[in-house]
Parts: sequence; structure tokens; C-alpha cells
Amino acid sequence: MPPETFARRYRVRKMTSAVMTAFCAASVVLALIPLALILFFVLRQGLPALNWAFFTEMPRPVGEAGGGMGNAIVGTAILIGLAALVAVPIGITCGVYVTEFRTSRLAPAVRFSADMLNGVPSIVIGIFAYAVAVLPFKRFSALAGGVALGVMMMPIIVRTTEELLALVPSTLREGALALGATRGRAVVTVILPAALPGIVTGVLVALARVAGETAPLLFTAFNNRFFSNRLDQPIASLTVQIFTYAISPYEDWHRQAWAGATVLIAAVLLFSILARVVTRRLERMHRA
Amino acid sequence: MAEARPARRRRAGWADPLFRGGTAVVAALVIATVLGVLVVLLKDSMLSVRKFGFSFWSTRTWDPVAGEFGALPFIWGTLYSSVLALLLATPVALGIAIFLAELCPGWLRQPLAFLTELLAAIPSIVYGLWGIFVLAPAVRVLEVHTPEILRRTALFSGPPLGVGMLAAALVLAVMVIPFTATVAREILKAVPVAQREAAYALGATRWEAIRLAVHYGRVGITGAVMLGFGRALGETMAVTMVIGNNPQVSLSLFAPQHTMAAVIANEFTEAADALYLNALVEIGLVLFIITVVINGLSRLLIWRMGRTKARPMVATPEVALAA
Repeated sequence: MPPETFARRYRVRKMTSAVMTAFCAASVVLALIPLALILFFVLRQGLPALNWAFFTEMPRPVGEAGGGMGNAIVGTAILIGLAALVAVPIGITCGVYVTEFRTSRLAPAVRFSADMLNGVPSIVIGIFAYAVAVLPFKRFSALAGGVALGVMMMPIIVRTTEELLALVPSTLREGALALGATRGRAVVTVILPAALPGIVTGVLVALARVAGETAPLLFTAFNNRFFSNRLDQPIASLTVQIFTYAISPYEDWHRQAWAGATVLIAAVLLFSILARVVTRRLERMHRA
Repeated sequence: MAEARPARRRRAGWADPLFRGGTAVVAALVIATVLGVLVVLLKDSMLSVRKFGFSFWSTRTWDPVAGEFGALPFIWGTLYSSVLALLLATPVALGIAIFLAELCPGWLRQPLAFLTELLAAIPSIVYGLWGIFVLAPAVRVLEVHTPEILRRTALFSGPPLGVGMLAAALVLAVMVIPFTATVAREILKAVPVAQREAAYALGATRWEAIRLAVHYGRVGITGAVMLGFGRALGETMAVTMVIGNNPQVSLSLFAPQHTMAAVIANEFTEAADALYLNALVEIGLVLFIITVVINGLSRLLIWRMGRTKARPMVATPEVALAA
């Protein structure tokens, strides 16, 4: 190859390289634009609409200004509480099983199922909860909503528990076993406590995530205009309330919807940042 | 003492199998749930499956009053919106993955990864709210200013409403990006450094070395893209709020259309008779089967790449956010 051709090709290759790396950097910026826009609009529209009444009062009828989503916030708290009751014990036990008995034949199947379940659209989980918890009792209920959210939460907890248990050094496990502990005892007294802060924040992130779910609640927990703590009755939730308000034609309701979104986003951000901090600390601790 | 020892050993003898068996039973619950979902969907869609057979998926009439159900517009809307979202999201997601895995200065990596994963943490309903009040009006402006020549083509026909296929595809693309990006990044990180060193040693430019790494990880990266596709297919709230919920089979990006998930969300509580409900559940059944197949394939591809690593692969942004 004559040297001029080589030099020209080399320039083209350098150029391609520069253009493509610039494209990669630009795509990060491109993805962060919608994030910034969403946060900006939610805060701009939502913050002014937030007040004390929003957290304490029930929705007012159309045309009457004011009122809040107090009942929906309580409802969401009850729903995710129920979901946690279903998902946390099962999810953590499952996570322990797939880490402790990694080589068993069941473990890959469990992990695969958890991933499948994680990928099932939330609306389909809603149908499942409707069939097992609404149809037999012939009424929408908080319980049915809890089942739907619990099923959604389970696979997330399985995977986060597994990830966090993997951070625990195997020397800890071996030490416990060498002292004569049974496997169960080693898990309960040594391994789980070592990973506990991480698992707790993992649960919080999962809670924040299912708190943001709307689709599976539409026909399980349904909605309720009033405060309710009955598990066998329909119950309001922040997300369904935001949906109802967002598609309504009323200005005042739109403002409330933005306020609700602000509360949701704040919870999600808070838990995500908390989780990040705790996990980093855990990693550092175990590496040291 | 001599008697106590064998007794202790005996206790330890059954404690381990009991622990293993007990946790295994609970772990099996997860498998049972997946099967349970399938059984429930099959059982509650039988009426519709028997009555309409395959014509359910090839006819366009959706008339609950007359008891006629054809789901073609819904499956069309779901596939069309997801494919469009994929076309928009994949280059960006891969760009992010490459930047974070190969190019980014160390101190910037963690914060940027966190921010992109945050896109997955924003609730669907918030995307929908933003879609209705911010994105759809912006899309409408874009539609109004589309040149007349383009407006005559099938792709851009119809009145500029703002809500419609284009808005849905844009929202979906943003929502899918973190899923593809997170997994693709993990795949690239699993590519041996020697691959790149070899490329540089042969005089490759930076991009040529990256292309080699991407080629090495192509199986897993395909899996990452499919994972994003699976997410897009099942997305409900954000889509239903911006797509216009009008069942029609149209190529137009401006046309309001409908999706499988959206029709279930909108009509499930209104389904008064058994046939109507069964028709909706059948749509759910097919959505379930499609997403399970797509996700299953994607996991197998991702696992094939990740198997060599001792640590299990980070699966999705939610897990990455927590762990």
C-alpha cells in the first residue's frame, strides 16, 4: 500500500473513532434529557400544589377546590405493607436458597422463574390477582391489591437478596461452619446479619417500586373516595388516584395529580439514593 | 460427654436437610407462581378461545355489545409501538453501555450509571402524566409543522392530535433505554481485557477495539435488546395515557392506536359478561406468553455470556439500583 493511501485510511479510521465515541457520549446526554425534563416538570407543577391538606384530606367533589390525597397515601401504605408481608419472607428465603444451594438443580430454575416473573407485564399480574383474590369474594379489595403487588415484589427481592448475599465473603460462612454451626444457623446468625443493611434497603427499593405500580391495582384494589382501613374493601392508592385525576378534564385535579407524582418521585429517589449509599458502605466494609 | 456428642451430631444430621428442604419448598413457590399465572390465564380465557379460535387474532371488530371480539388492532398496536421504541432506544442504549463500560472516566462512571438506572425507577404513571401534559403537546407541534409532502405518505397521515403512536413510541423508548443499557454494560464489562489489548497491539483505533469487544459480547447484547423489547411489549399505564386508545390498524405515526395492555387496563372493570372478560383475559394470556418467550430467550442469551463469572449477572436496573 502506498504511504499516502495508508495515511488517508488512517485519518479516516481516526475520524470514525472520534465520531463514534462522541456519539456514545452524546447518547448518555440524550438519555438524561428526558430524566431532567420529567424531574423538572414534576417539581415545577407539583411542588406549588403540595400543602398540608394534600397529605391529610380526602378528595373533594368536582368543582370544590382544595382537598387532598390523604386517603390514597394511607391506602398505598397499606397496600405495600400487605405486599411486603407476602413478598419479603418468601423473597428472602428464596434468595438464601439460590445462594446457599447454588449447585442444586432447583436453584437455576428458581432464578429463571424469578426473572420470568419480573418480566411479566404488571397488567397480567393484575389479572392473576383478580382471578385468585377478587373473583372468589366477588368484590375488589385491599387484599387483592396486596396480592398483586406482592407477586410483583417477590422476584425483585429474590434477586436483590441474592446479589447482596454474594457480597458476603465466603470466609464468614466457612468460619461459622468450622465452628460447628449448621447451615441454617450459619445463615441466620452470620450471613444474613452481615448482609442485613443491604437487604433492608433492597426491600425499601422494592417497596418504592411497587408503590409506583398502577396497572395491577386498577381491578384489584380499585379505588375509594374515602379513608379506609378495611382489607376486604376497595382502597384508594396514590397511583390510581393520579391516573384518575390525570385523565379528568379538571384543572384542579391535574394540579393534584402533579402533586401526587411529586410525592411518588420523592419516595423513589430517596430510597434509591439510600440504597446506593448503604450498598457502597457494605462493599467497602467487606473488602477491607 | 461421650453420649452427648453423637446426639449433637445426630441433630446436626437432620438440621441441614431440614433447612435445605424448607428453603427449597419456599423457593419452589416462585416457580409455582409463574405456573399459577399461566393456569389462571388459560382457565379464564377458555370461553373466548373456544368461540373465536384463531379468528380472534385476525379480525378487527371489537364490539363488546354485539359480543364480537377481534384483537388484531391491539396486537398490531403493541408490536408496532414496541418495534418503534426499540428502533429509537437501541442505538442510544448501546451508546450509553459503551460509554459507561469503555470510555467514561472512572469518577464519572458511578454517578452516570446511577442516573441512567434512575430512568427505570420512575413510575410508569409519572411517565404517563408527563406524556399527557408535556410530551403530547410537544409532539403535536412537531406534527403540525411536518411538511405537506411527508403528510401525504402513509407514515405521517391523519390529523395532528399529539396523542398517538409517535408519542407512545417516544415514551416507551425512554422507558426501555435503562433496561438495555444496564445489561449491555454488564456484558461489555465481562469481555476480557485481553480482547481489547490484542486489538490495540495490532494498531486498532479506540472504536475498532470497542467494536471487537461488542462483537465478542454480541450474544449477550442481543439478549439485552430483547429484554428491552419484552419491557416495551408489556408497558401499560404510560402507553395508554398517550397512545389515544383507538383500536385501528394503521401505519401512521400520528394515528391514535391501542395496545393489548392498554385495552385490558381500560376495559377490564367494564367487562360485564363472561365472554367479554374471557376475551380480555385471552389478550392477557397471549401477552404473557409473548413476554415469557422473549424474556426467556433474552435471559438464556445473557446467561450464556455471564456464566463464566462467579458472581451472578446483574439482571435489571431495579436490581442494579438496589445492589
